[in-house]
Amino acid sequence: METWDLLRNVWFLLVGVLLAGYSVLDGFDLGIGALFPFLAKSEDEKRTLIRAIGPVWDGNEVWLLTGGGALFAAFPLAYATVFSGFYLALMLVLFALILRAVSLEFRAHDPKRRGLWEAAFVGGSALPTLLFGVALGNVVVGIPLDTRTEFTGNFFTLLRPLPLIFGVLGLCAFLLHGSAYAALKTEGALQARARKAIKPLVAATSLAFLLSFIAVWIYLPGGLKSLPAWIFAVIVWISLGFLMRSGKKANDKRTFLLSSSTFLGLWGIVGSIHYPNLIRATDPSLSLTIANASSSALTLKVMLIIALVGMPLVVGYTIFAYRVFKGKADAGGEGY
Amino acid sequence: MDAVFLARLQFGLTAGFHFLFPPTTLGLSFLVLILETLYLRTKNGLYKDVSAYLVRILGVVFVMGVSTGIALEFAFGNNWAAFSRTVGDIFGAPLAAEGIFAFFLESVFLGILVFGRKKVSPKTYRLSAVLVFFGAHLSGLWIIIANSWMQTPAGFRMEGGRAVLEDFFKAALNPSTVVRYVHTILGGWTTGALVAMAIAAWLLLKGRFPEKAALLMKASLAVFAAAAVLQLGSGHAHSVQVTRTQPEKMAAFEALWETQEGAPFTVFGIPDAKNGKTHLAVRIPKMLSLLVHFDPNGKVLGLNEFPKEERPPVFLPFASYHLMILFGLLFIALGASGVWLQARKKLPGARRYLKVLLWAVPLPYLANEFGWISAEVGRQPWAVYKVLRTSDAVSAVVPVGNILFSLILFTLIYALIGAAGFSIILRTVKQGPGDEQADAQKGEA
Repeated sequence: METWDLLRNVWFLLVGVLLAGYSVLDGFDLGIGALFPFLAKSEDEKRTLIRAIGPVWDGNEVWLLTGGGALFAAFPLAYATVFSGFYLALMLVLFALILRAVSLEFRAHDPKRRGLWEAAFVGGSALPTLLFGVALGNVVVGIPLDTRTEFTGNFFTLLRPLPLIFGVLGLCAFLLHGSAYAALKTEGALQARARKAIKPLVAATSLAFLLSFIAVWIYLPGGLKSLPAWIFAVIVWISLGFLMRSGKKANDKRTFLLSSSTFLGLWGIVGSIHYPNLIRATDPSLSLTIANASSSALTLKVMLIIALVGMPLVVGYTIFAYRVFKGKADAGGEGY
Repeated sequence: MDAVFLARLQFGLTAGFHFLFPPTTLGLSFLVLILETLYLRTKNGLYKDVSAYLVRILGVVFVMGVSTGIALEFAFGNNWAAFSRTVGDIFGAPLAAEGIFAFFLESVFLGILVFGRKKVSPKTYRLSAVLVFFGAHLSGLWIIIANSWMQTPAGFRMEGGRAVLEDFFKAALNPSTVVRYVHTILGGWTTGALVAMAIAAWLLLKGRFPEKAALLMKASLAVFAAAAVLQLGSGHAHSVQVTRTQPEKMAAFEALWETQEGAPFTVFGIPDAKNGKTHLAVRIPKMLSLLVHFDPNGKVLGLNEFPKEERPPVFLPFASYHLMILFGLLFIALGASGVWLQARKKLPGARRYLKVLLWAVPLPYLANEFGWISAEVGRQPWAVYKVLRTSDAVSAVVPVGNILFSLILFTLIYALIGAAGFSIILRTVKQGPGDEQADAQKGEA
């Protein structure tokens, strides 16, 4: 394989790793945000739940920024097409993320408007958990592009069956992941509520996963031919199956690991059926692929060096930070 | 309405609002680092309390910077798709590198500063302060690299209408990167330090935490005075570089309509681009030539040398550039008088000076914004100097109505979080560094 080709493949994988890392890490705090009113009842419980994610949510969100940056750097044509094409949908995600980013700090220090910032936290978490899947579903099933690779649809083009089902699947997986982390980091009534939510959420995720399978079968029949996708599907089913059982035994660490592997399995499936496309076009000859949408070999190489130097450091001190804050969260102490 | 105009307005609004926060972070993270280092050396709890006070403020400023920064990372794809397609091969890398090297570092270790004082050893805590400082400054570096490349692009070739990277180091360290970086960082130190001085001044005026306030004043004054003086040098070097690499921009800064040997420095004036004249101009003869060429008779290119369609607007760059310089000089005076008072041990009681500090807080923010406006408007009509016009850089597929919609929402949301953030910072400031009663008791005992 030519070096440039190899680099493109590596970057397809790396962008996928960053987005999967984002789902696993920021996924639990998004899920906790969306489930917030259902999990925490008293002010003490709310504070505990917020403090469970307080020191880490910010670093987790960086995975999205870095994933977006990596997509821009490695595949600028795909970045340009999807970000301009999905303008309104992404603006909604953006406004949600902006409000969410300030909501926790503001909730703690602005007691007069506590309700407003709490709503910003809940809404700002819930909306992206749904829309990420919708956006991904569109890119995977194909969108109308013209010969200049410009999106020719509009906001409503995005609301088709497969993307909507992917959106629901994403939502369920985020909620499941959030309750798994909440169970891991809390105690007492709060933990009991989080544990109780897991089983129905596993059932909902399984159902959405089954529907997604049918949607792919109908709208993207080629996807079923990918062998790796089947292997990843097995991983997802096994994870979901164990989750059904570990919910009963209440081993919270295992629950969290299994909801993480569910996410990774889902990303594996998407990557397998999508490769080598970045954005599938309704007319396949216009699709943006890793071959026609990538940066130059030199840029990909420089970026790879940056990633190889930088990412091990990131993983290292992220693990360090999680160890600093390991154990159960409490309602008092420093921060908010 | 014009899509290009709206897209520019939106980028200007979102970037201009965002640019309130990172400079504050740069300065405050530097002060936190200084205080934590002093604490580690002396074990004097006063340093710790003052540092913890600044960390609480830093925490709010930082989330506002993060929150408003996400919009900019999206914006190049959302509103500037043609820009991303044309120069993404070069422009995307620094943004990704910023994420990998700087954002993670800053956010993970700020988490430890805000939440982890009791969970890590004092040495690890200080190390976290070092890493937050380092991350903030590294983040700035990558953004300045990206921006500088738009001003003075280098290290690339054009291929089929797209810029392709040829030499990473030439592109990253293009002719304006280093001097712009130093200039921006010093602006950040000036900003954060003046904010800290004003906080200390307020505490002193109210007679609260006098010991801690005097300590905060001393540390921040040192940073402020030094940064203000150094800024004179870096600003000068930056102007010399602009004259060399973007002569039409310098001509706009100085409203120099005709090329002149022995060009004057215009202290005041109202430029009128239509008639190519400056009304009510007050000029110092030969001063501009002396400043940018070190030669009173040096030749400075005027706007007449450049085709009309490649000239930047004049009024905005001229006005913002001159105001920035005026404020820069004010900061030197403010820093010098502070040091003079401090040396005579009169500073904590110099009420008039302390009140001036309170009113001076908006000035470094204005100076930062003016500097940024003169740099970016002075770059027009180019998005990337001599490579891509701004009018050719926008997303073709985004309808005007959509941009208007997002612009209105941005305005509303930023007004909301701006107002809330400001009141929260004021609340945090009012709480003061530590426990007042406990301090008072200690003083009595």
